[in-house]
Amino acid sequence: MRYEKPTTVEAATALLAGQGARVLAGGTDLLVQMKARVLNPDVVVDIKGIEATREITKDASGYTIGAAVTGAELKEHPTLSKDWPGLVEAANLIGSTQVQGRASLGGNLCNGSPAADSVPGLIAAGAVATIVGPKGTRTLPVEDIMLAPRKLALTAGEFIVSFKIPARPKHGGDAYLRFIPRTEMDIAVVGCGVALALDDSGTCTAARVSLGAVAARPLLVEDAGKALVGTKVDDAALAKLEAAARAACKPIDDKRGTVEFRVDVAGTLTVRTAKIALERARKV
Amino acid sequence: MAKHHVTTTVNGDPVEYLCDSEQTLLDCLRDELDLIGAKEGCSSGDCGACSVLIDGRLVCSCLILGVEAEGKKVETIEGMAQGDELHPLQRKFLEHAALQCGICTPGVLIAAKALLAKNPDPTETQVRYWLAGNLCRCTGYDKIVRAVMDAAAEMRGA
Repeated sequence: MRYEKPTTVEAATALLAGQGARVLAGGTDLLVQMKARVLNPDVVVDIKGIEATREITKDASGYTIGAAVTGAELKEHPTLSKDWPGLVEAANLIGSTQVQGRASLGGNLCNGSPAADSVPGLIAAGAVATIVGPKGTRTLPVEDIMLAPRKLALTAGEFIVSFKIPARPKHGGDAYLRFIPRTEMDIAVVGCGVALALDDSGTCTAARVSLGAVAARPLLVEDAGKALVGTKVDDAALAKLEAAARAACKPIDDKRGTVEFRVDVAGTLTVRTAKIALERARKV
Repeated sequence: MAKHHVTTTVNGDPVEYLCDSEQTLLDCLRDELDLIGAKEGCSSGDCGACSVLIDGRLVCSCLILGVEAEGKKVETIEGMAQGDELHPLQRKFLEHAALQCGICTPGVLIAAKALLAKNPDPTETQVRYWLAGNLCRCTGYDKIVRAVMDAAAEMRGA
């Protein structure tokens, strides 16, 4: 195996276009899979030498978060946790303190697990990935990147440089919850991200709901978002939200949970997550 | 494939080593630099026995390539005591009998040091969550948590 640390996106793309190349960001999934011989890359391309993958920048349109920025760095950012607390909490549920010191949003997404914690957080926030490749730069909403377990919409030579997170709406809030049988260091049985916005009268003007670990890819559940828009997010709206979340689930049976259990939990969890997002939106 | 020539700082000392691309930082510390305090437990980032600090950040050295340490500041358990004088955390671990077999202990101490650098007055819950990635199969954690809380109090001058 060869290790390369390019400092430009062009050099990284050229290396990644070759056979058997893998991106190294935090390495918390890649190195484990290399040791288990699930992956045997010929060349590992460390993208952390490219400045744009390591920065968080903020302007009037929102945040640009480098794909290799770690969960710990997201948490330490002076304003990100105020604007997008759900996203930061989701990223900081990945593994241990040690893992959070390395694991990144780009890696969590591109590892291609339907149970990735930060992905529903990104989708709910309306994050759009900036992808560079041999043909230049393109953008893709996060919900369109993972196609199936370990399968991404990225082509040879492409990698994610950063994510654009929109500015938080005036009365906006987000939240992420996951169900696990213990309190820490586990993989989501169901994960749920919700972001919503209210007008001055408290009526919901926009809502995005994302579910993880209940299908072959993290889902943007549009019907669940629609259940809230135009309402005061009252009990009737939350009941519709719950039903829409359950209806979207196509989970598998595995050691973490049965189909029936996951579908049931997804509804309950979505309502709880929406209530936290709502409370946050009302406070700002 | 030629080896990588890595120049880095370990516990304040400039060091150089040669490593293969596949070698982890843990391999390099143990096999190239004879710093065998960091332990190999799971090799998958679950147990925390290999915990070290890189540029002050707590990480698992088994999940970092040795070559990635180039130009960084690495801190291991070997740098924790000053000569014969133990770090307060080390002293409190002895006083509270917060270890038995000792395999997890270097990682726990490094992780606790990182916590206290960030938060000198953690609650018990914060200590438990922070150390969730450091598995101990002997103590049941209670003595570890008490030792960390006690060391924190001493270090605050409480």
